[in-house]
Amino acid sequence: MDISWDLLINAIVAGLLLGGFYAAVTAGISISFGMLDIVNIAHPAFVILGSYIAYYVNINLGIDPILVSIIVLPAFYALGALVYQVYYVSFERRGQESLRGLAFFFGLLFVTEVTLILVFGVDYRYVDAAYIGPSLHFGMVEVPLRMLVPCVTALALFAALELFVGRTFIGRAIKAVSQDQLALQLMAADPIAIKRIAFGLSIATASIAGALLIVIQPVEPSVGRDYIGRVFAICVLGGLGSMPGALIAAFLVGVVESLTSTFYGPSWAPAVSFGFLLLTLAFRPAGLMGR
Amino acid sequence: MSPLLHVDNLSKRFYGFVALDGINLEVQPGERLGLIGPNGSGKSTLVNCICGTLQNEAGSVHFDGKTLDGLAAHERTHRGLARSFQLPRPFHSMTLAHNLRIPLLYTVRAREGMLHAHSDLEARCHELLQMVGLADKAKRLPRDLTQVEMRKLELARAMAAEPKLLIADESMAGLSHSEVDDILALLLRLNEHGITVILIEHIMSAVMRFSQRLAVLVSGKKVADGKPEDVVRNPDVVRAYLGQ
Amino acid sequence: MNTTTFSLSAAAVGLALLVFAHWLGVDYLYFAGYTILQFIVLATAWNILGGYCGYVNFGSAAFFAIGAYSSVFWYKFYPLPVPVLIVFGAIVSGIIGLGTGYLTLRLRGAFFSIATLAMAVVFQTLVVNWDYVGGSRGAYIIRPETVEFAGLEVHYIEYLFALMLALAVIALITARTIERSQLGYGLATIRDDEMAAEACGVPTLRLKLIATTLSGAFMGMAGAPFPYYIGYLQPQSAFGLEYAVNSIAMPMIGGTTTWLGPLIGSILLGSAQQYATVTISSAVNLLIVGLMLVAFVIIAPNGLIGLVQERRRARKQP
Repeated sequence: MDISWDLLINAIVAGLLLGGFYAAVTAGISISFGMLDIVNIAHPAFVILGSYIAYYVNINLGIDPILVSIIVLPAFYALGALVYQVYYVSFERRGQESLRGLAFFFGLLFVTEVTLILVFGVDYRYVDAAYIGPSLHFGMVEVPLRMLVPCVTALALFAALELFVGRTFIGRAIKAVSQDQLALQLMAADPIAIKRIAFGLSIATASIAGALLIVIQPVEPSVGRDYIGRVFAICVLGGLGSMPGALIAAFLVGVVESLTSTFYGPSWAPAVSFGFLLLTLAFRPAGLMGR
Repeated sequence: MSPLLHVDNLSKRFYGFVALDGINLEVQPGERLGLIGPNGSGKSTLVNCICGTLQNEAGSVHFDGKTLDGLAAHERTHRGLARSFQLPRPFHSMTLAHNLRIPLLYTVRAREGMLHAHSDLEARCHELLQMVGLADKAKRLPRDLTQVEMRKLELARAMAAEPKLLIADESMAGLSHSEVDDILALLLRLNEHGITVILIEHIMSAVMRFSQRLAVLVSGKKVADGKPEDVVRNPDVVRAYLGQ
Repeated sequence: MNTTTFSLSAAAVGLALLVFAHWLGVDYLYFAGYTILQFIVLATAWNILGGYCGYVNFGSAAFFAIGAYSSVFWYKFYPLPVPVLIVFGAIVSGIIGLGTGYLTLRLRGAFFSIATLAMAVVFQTLVVNWDYVGGSRGAYIIRPETVEFAGLEVHYIEYLFALMLALAVIALITARTIERSQLGYGLATIRDDEMAAEACGVPTLRLKLIATTLSGAFMGMAGAPFPYYIGYLQPQSAFGLEYAVNSIAMPMIGGTTTWLGPLIGSILLGSAQQYATVTISSAVNLLIVGLMLVAFVIIAPNGLIGLVQERRRARKQP
């Protein structure tokens, strides 16, 4: 078969870069769904919110979008803590997480998307930064900086989170609360406070992921919905609660999506993650590195 | 006489942790077996594996001469296995009477293939509630019950499935002396009617009075199995309960 | 009130409404009424799986659109009468519902919900790429001005209104029948405690699959006449946001435990939205629906009917 090697290798490279970015978006879900067992389907909405905030400040004040996202991290963290508090008081405490909790997050997703439509309209928005445009060239491989920078940032974020969860007291408490709440209580740590911190953290990652997203591609309010399937597919494929697993899964999905896009057309990309999700659930629900 | 329940080398792990390690257990028809063991020894896990709520990794379970492997929990209930849950799991949107109607509709009716009249079902539910002393609360919701009453409802619901083998998982926790006597009398009466009973309890006086045979689980292994008076004098059992 | 009496009463009410509407003869009412009736069907369908069984379907728009696009397919291939299209839409959407359920219902409810969300995106992708049904350019459906119905010559919209009215009545009768049947009790046990349901002998997977198939089928039925109603079908309108949120908001605001909840929710929210779309913008209108959903889920999880029931119970037990 006459494959264009040029096209193939570039597709794989693009896929890996994309995968790194997907890992950043999934990191938040890895915490909220993987460790806290909260099905926060509104996570992509927070990511898009991050994109729009980065866009707004970038367009009006000229600050680099990734920098903006880091500056607003505390605000996103607080938002996450607030959302968890409402979720806990209304649903978790009453033991009614399933139907009501899902409807709650769906409502948040929906309200966020419609609010963004009202404020910003449905036109695509994009940001302006030094690294959007130029590419590095390694022989026949082209590495666009607007994909490289997010990928590197994403991996840095991921590494930071892994270190946090593995090395700090709070991080390990978060890991513990996902496994045994009672034991944690007996250790005089408040599991609710720990979960609130964890959830706040997961939403904080959305801020950064949002900025990375709008660097990679122009954004409009409904883009969030494309990411729901993707993000959960990666989380499940990697194995719930395993962040290294999510990373591997993200690269895998990124590469397959990129190959599909290149050889079959970009409109088939969303179907890839759905396919992954179904296959994983059907054959290996524990995922690649599941507990 | 072939055993009603035959657990053959059953093992269950939760990721790294071995919850059950090669359990062998036989229960004869009409027998009263007591199952005891310290907290966390795997008693409820064993029940879950027998009843199909959990899947065991190794070993098999035979009931009434046929294997249960691969069968869903509801199919095992149809075959005549019933259990109460250690932490009561009532259907909280339904009244007590309606809670009991579920096993009648889904198990008894499936087994008999007959359509009972509405009034028959109601009468049966009332009868069951009376046996556990909850008849006056028939129209209440589970959230109006005390913990103790919920355990009685659990037991009544298991009984409603008209099982050949009933596994009562800590049905007596928190009951007063006279209430324990009542439940014990109830279980004995069921046994007299031919229902095999496995009693899982921490209340030793009840276990000793009830059991014809006693099995002891410690850290996922069966360490003793025999006559109650022999088992309680078994040094391994004493050590497990009192420490070294 | 037994099922036969209720069915006859519901049919009678439907017939009365139809005659009354015909006597009024205002075309706008038919258009507005059709939308509300459509939501009654969608909300009732969603509730069979969501309210009765506890499994949340976020992909209502997909099932609806599948019904709509199967009609477009037949229109291009060999035009069939709308009632036949409705049946076909039911079959296709029902099979898709069964398939999705079979793949995901053995796992946790959350995975089913996520799969339905992803499914909506995927089906939209498939349709956008399928040129035969118009793809992203959309498809035009040319319908006649008038049609012969019950011996009269009526406007086409009145005909569609009558069909949707019949569908709504059938959906409500079906929902109520399920609710009071052994199937309904079984679904409720799955909602309350699936593990205990299995232990009591309830074949949970089978019941869930039945609910998913029925729910999907009714949503497909609601979608089948849509291309004829709207005349020009684009993926954005078929897979539109309002179907996703309304099919959840209407049952949850009305009350999820009975057939009456989705009916009340659809009429209240549907009418309010008809009014709002005309006076405010449609985006603000959707925002309000979303906010109401969140508010009700937090404050009144059993909807309006739940509030009424709580009041009654509080009065009974001083």
